[in-house]
Amino acid sequence: MAEAVDLKAIGTRPVRPDGVEKVTGRANFGADLNLPGMLHGKILRSPHAHARIKSVDLSEALAVDGVLAAVAGEDIPGGGDLGDNVLAKEKVLYHGHAVAAVAARSAFIAEQALEKIKVEYEPLNPVLSIDDAIADGATLVNESLHTNGDTSQPASNIAAITKFERGDVEKGLSDADVVVEGTYRVPTAHQGYIEPHACTATINEEGKATVWCCTQGQFDVRSMTANCLNKQVSDIRVIPSEIGGGFGGKTTIYLEPIAVKLSELSGRPVKMVMSREEVFRATGPTSATLCRVKVGAKSDGTITAATAWLAYEAGAFAGAPVGPGCMSVLAPYDLENFRIEGHDVLVNKPKVAAYRAPGAPQSMHAMECALDELARKLDMDPLDLRLKNAADEGTVAPYGPQFPAIGLRACLEAAKAHPNYTTPPAEGQGRGVAVGFWFNIGMQSSAEIRIAENGAVTIMEGSPDIGGSRASMCLMAAETLGIPYENINAHVGDTEATGYCNTTGGSRTTFATGMAVIEACEDIIAQCKERAALTWELDVDQVDWEDGQAVPKPGVNADVKPLSLADIARSAGRTGGPLLGRASLNAQGPGASFSVNWTDVDVDHETGKVDVKAFTAVQDAGRAIHPSYVEGQMQGGAVQGLGWALNEEYIYDADGVMENAGFLDYRVPVTSDMPMIDTQIVEVPNPSHPYGVRGVGETPIVAPLAATSNAVRDALGFRINDLPLSPPRVLAAIDEND
Amino acid sequence: MGDYAYAAPASVDSTIELLSSSADSGTRTQVLAGGTDVLVQMRSNDRGPRLIVDIKQLAETNVLTIGEDEIYIGAAIASAILNENAELKSRLPGLVESADLIGSTQIQGRATIGGNLCNSSPAGDTIPALIANSAVCHIVGSDGERNVPVEDFVTGVGTNCMAPHEFLLGLRVPAPKGNTGDAYLRFIPRTEMDIAVAGAGVRLTLDDSGTCTAARVGIGAVAPTPLLVPEAADALVGTQVDAAALDAAAAACSAAASPITDKRGTVEYRIKVVGVLCKRAGEIARDRAKAS
Amino acid sequence: MAKVHISTTVNGQPMDVLVEPNDSLLDTLRDGLGLTGTKEGCATGDCGACSVMLDGRLVCSCLVLGAEAEGKTIDTIEGVADGDGLHVIQQKFLEHAALQCGICTPGFIVAAKALLEKNPNPDETTIRYWLAGNLCRCTGYDKIVRAVQDAADELASPA
Repeated sequence: MAEAVDLKAIGTRPVRPDGVEKVTGRANFGADLNLPGMLHGKILRSPHAHARIKSVDLSEALAVDGVLAAVAGEDIPGGGDLGDNVLAKEKVLYHGHAVAAVAARSAFIAEQALEKIKVEYEPLNPVLSIDDAIADGATLVNESLHTNGDTSQPASNIAAITKFERGDVEKGLSDADVVVEGTYRVPTAHQGYIEPHACTATINEEGKATVWCCTQGQFDVRSMTANCLNKQVSDIRVIPSEIGGGFGGKTTIYLEPIAVKLSELSGRPVKMVMSREEVFRATGPTSATLCRVKVGAKSDGTITAATAWLAYEAGAFAGAPVGPGCMSVLAPYDLENFRIEGHDVLVNKPKVAAYRAPGAPQSMHAMECALDELARKLDMDPLDLRLKNAADEGTVAPYGPQFPAIGLRACLEAAKAHPNYTTPPAEGQGRGVAVGFWFNIGMQSSAEIRIAENGAVTIMEGSPDIGGSRASMCLMAAETLGIPYENINAHVGDTEATGYCNTTGGSRTTFATGMAVIEACEDIIAQCKERAALTWELDVDQVDWEDGQAVPKPGVNADVKPLSLADIARSAGRTGGPLLGRASLNAQGPGASFSVNWTDVDVDHETGKVDVKAFTAVQDAGRAIHPSYVEGQMQGGAVQGLGWALNEEYIYDADGVMENAGFLDYRVPVTSDMPMIDTQIVEVPNPSHPYGVRGVGETPIVAPLAATSNAVRDALGFRINDLPLSPPRVLAAIDEND
Repeated sequence: MGDYAYAAPASVDSTIELLSSSADSGTRTQVLAGGTDVLVQMRSNDRGPRLIVDIKQLAETNVLTIGEDEIYIGAAIASAILNENAELKSRLPGLVESADLIGSTQIQGRATIGGNLCNSSPAGDTIPALIANSAVCHIVGSDGERNVPVEDFVTGVGTNCMAPHEFLLGLRVPAPKGNTGDAYLRFIPRTEMDIAVAGAGVRLTLDDSGTCTAARVGIGAVAPTPLLVPEAADALVGTQVDAAALDAAAAACSAAASPITDKRGTVEYRIKVVGVLCKRAGEIARDRAKAS
Repeated sequence: MAKVHISTTVNGQPMDVLVEPNDSLLDTLRDGLGLTGTKEGCATGDCGACSVMLDGRLVCSCLVLGAEAEGKTIDTIEGVADGDGLHVIQQKFLEHAALQCGICTPGFIVAAKALLEKNPNPDETTIRYWLAGNLCRCTGYDKIVRAVQDAADELASPA
C-alpha cells in the first residue's frame, strides 16, 4: 500500500468537479425537471393510523376538470411490503399511508381532486409503542406475521429476534466488582434531508418507462419500481438527478411506481414532489428504541460481561435496523462474555428507512451511557476505561469476524492527547465522552474511464454523489494515473449509461466505487503501455508508467520521448482506437471505522435548556482522500447526532397522528445552535483498499447521542436516561432531583 | 368551490369598500400584510380559496412616526425596518426585540407586528410586548375608526375583535417618558426559528430613587390569548425591582398562566418558565429604565 | 382562476409573467420563469432554501405571493455570479467545501451575500444568527460559517 508521504493527489483539498454547478443554481435536483405536457401527481393519505380499507372510489376525482388519471392500491400489484407501502391495499397501517393518487394539469387541481376520492375505512386500534406492541393480547399490525417466520407460534408484532452470545455471562457478572445497568429510550428521528422526494416519469407506447428522481441508488429504484409494477428491470430507465441529501432515507422508493402508472394511464409525463409534511408523515424515519443494558467490570476496569436487550420500532412493516444495532452495541470492546438480543417490532407508524449508521446510534447510546456510569463508579477516566477494553487487530468482533487493523486505540489515544480534552470544561459546564462505530460495507460497483482526444479523463460511475464523492473519485484517479486532478471529471450515470452499482449507502462509495475507479485507471495504464510499446516497437513489458506518462523501463535501450496520456490519446486512432478503461467488482474488506467524540455543555437550571459549547470528533478514516469532505462528514454527523440528542423527535397524539410534521416543530439544529465542530482525522489504513480507505460517512452520527447524555449527566450530577434532552424533560428531571 | 383572487387596493377607503362588499356577498377575504403566517396556512391547514387583500400598498400602513407622546407603527412595516430604526430601538428596545424574535432574517424581511397581532396566536411574540407597552390597535372599517387596547384585541386562539369589514391600520404605543424601560423574553428550545413555549414582556418606570412607579406585564403562550397580568405589575410597583419583587412578579405570572401541554411544552413547564422569563425580563427592563 | 399579470425585474432583466393568485413567488420563479436554482425545502419559511432578494431585502420566496412581485426587483442565485466569474462567496463555499449535497447552497449564498452587503465584518455569532433561517443537514454549519468569514475577509482586503 502507498504510504501517505508518497501520495500526490490524495490528501489534497481541491474544488469538487460539480461545485460550480451547485453554487450557481445550475445543478438540477429532483424537482427541477419540467417536460412538455407534464402533469402533476398528488397522493391521498390515510387519516387513520390503523384501519381496514372497505372501498376506494376514484370516479368523482376523475370527473374533475383537469384530472387525467387516478390510481389506487390495486394499480401497484407487486413489490410485497414495499408495494403495500407505496399504496395501501387491504389496510392502512399508519397515519399518512398512501391510499390513492391523481394526476392533473396543476398541483392545485390535483390537490383539490384528492378531496373527491371516497374512501370507506373501518378504524382499528393503533399500536403506537414497543410496550403496547409486545404486550400480551396486543392488537396485531399484521395478522399473518410470526416471529422469525415460525408459524407454529401465534402471530405477533415481533417480526424477528436476533441473538449474539459468547462465553458465560452470568459467571462474568458474578466475577465483576461493579455492575451497572439501565434502560434507555431513544425517539424516532428523521434524516431531515432538505430536498423532499421528487420524481418525474414517462412511459411510451412500448411500455418502456423513464424515471428521473433524486435517489441514493438508481439501480435500486429501477428494480423496486419494476417489482411494484410487475415489470422487468429492462423496461425502466432511471436517471438520477442531483440529490439534496439522503442519509439513508433515499435508498427506497415512495413515488416512482405511482408516477409511472399515472403516466401510463394519462399518456403524459407525470411529476410528483412531496411536501415537507408528507416527507415527515410518510417516508421512513429511523426507529424509536428501548434498550436495556448491563455491564460488569473488575475494579481495574476490565469488563467481565455485558448484556443488551434491544427493541426497535420497525414501523408498519418488518425491517427495523435492530440487526446492525446488535452488531454495533459492543463492537468497540474485546469481551469474553456477552449476550445481545434484538427485537424487530411492528407498530402503526411509517415504515422505517435507513438513517446514517442505521441502528447503531440507539444501542450504542445505551451502552456508552452505561460505560460512563461504570467509569464514574470505578473513578476512572472514561477514555481509560475504553482503552482498557478496546478492540484491536485480531479481536473477534461480537458479530463474528476478526478485526484486521482498526483505529479505535489510535482514536482513543489521540483524544487523550487532544488539547480540547486535556483542557477541563469551563466552570459549570459538563463534559461527556463516547465511542462510535460503524462496520461499513463493500458490495458491487462499476466504473469506466474514458480518455478524450486531448487526454482529459472522464470517469463514469453509478454512485449518486451525496457529499462530494465525485471529488474523491477524481483524486483517486489522479493518484493512480499520475496526472493532475484538474484533467479529470466524474459523472454519475443513469441505469443505461453506466454499469451496475449498488446504492450509495453503508459508507461504501469512496471505498467500493473508488476501488472500481482505481482498477479502471489501472486498465487504462495497461492499455497506454501497450500503445506506447506499439508506437516504440518495444515489448509491453519494456514499458513503465511513471508520473502520468509511458516511459521505457530502466535499462531498455530506446531513444524515445516519454508519451503522456494526451500523446497516446491523440494518436489512439492509429494504435487501436479510443482508450476506454473499465472495472467491475464486488468489493471485499470494508474497514470498520471507529470514532471518539466529546462535548462540553451548559445547562440552564431554570429552563432546562442544554447549550452545546464545544464538540470534538476524532475518527479513523483509514485514508482521507479529500480531508475537507471527511471533516464535513464528521461535522455533519455530529450535528445530526446533537439534534437527535437535544430536540429531534416524532411527537404523536393518542390516535397515532404525528403532531410535528414540519421543520418548525421537528427541530433540527440551526446555525446559531451550534459551535464550531473540531475534528481530528486518524489514519489507520484499511488493508483491503489500495489507498487504505475506510468508509467515513456513518460513524460520525453514532457517538454524539451518548456524548451529549454523558455531558448533561456531568453538568447536572444525575443522569437522564431518555432522549431527547429537551428543555421540558431536563427541567422536570431537575425539579425531581431537587 | 370558489377561486383564489388577489387585490392590492390603493387607498384605505377602497380597501374598506372591498372588504365590505366581499363580506356582503359571502366571499371569504383575508387581509395580507407580511404574509408569513397567511402563506403558511394556505399551504397547510387552510387551503381553501379566498380573496387576498394586500394592504402593503397603502401609505397609511407604512407610517412609522416617533412622536413626543406616541409612537405609531403602521400595520405593514416589516420587522427588519423596525430593527434598523435606531431611534425606535433606543426608545422601545423590548418591543423591537419581540418583533426581531419572529423567525429568521428572511421572515424579518416580511413579518409585521400588525400581522403578528392579527394572526392572534396565543404565542405571538409581539403581543405580550405590546401589552406591556400599553399599545392600542388603530382599526378602520365601514363604521369609521376605533382604538382597542391590545389586551382586548385577541379574543381566542386565532380570533380577534375585528369585523369582516375592518382591518388594522397601525399600532399606537405611548412613548416612554422618564426612567422607563421595556423588555421581552421568550423561551424556545433552539436559539432561533421556534414558536414561543412561553413569553413575558415587562415595561416599568422608576423614580429618581429607583422605586418603580408604574409597571405593566404581559405574558404569552400560556393561555388561549396573551394576557395582561396586573398582579405581576402590582408586585413591582413601589419596590426597587429587587430579587424579592421579581420573584413575586414571577409567581404572579405563573399563577395567571393556564397553559396546555402540547408538542412545544407541558403545563408544568410553561407555568414555571413564564415566571422565570418575567423575572429575567423585569431585570432587563429595570436596568434599561435606570440607564434611560 | 383568473391569472394575474405581473411585470417585474429579475436579476436585472424586466420580465412579464402570468401567475395564479395563490402561487408563491417561489412557484413563479421556478415554474413560471424556469429559474430552478431557488429551491423548495419546506414551503413554510422554515428552511431558507428558497431565499431571494426582494427589493434589496432577504426573504423566503415561498412566503411571498407571485402577485406581490408586481413592480418589484428580485435577485436570485442565478444572478449572483456576474459575467466576470463567481462571486467571492461562491468561490469561498467551493474552497472551504461548505457544501455537500448542495440543495441548501443557493439559499445560503443569497443569504450570506445579503449579510455581507449589510455588515461587511460580521463576527461568528452574527453570521450564525443571520443564517439561522437556512437549514443545512449535511455540513453541521462549520465550513459554511468559515466560508462566510473568509469571504468577508477577502472582500475587506482583496487578494
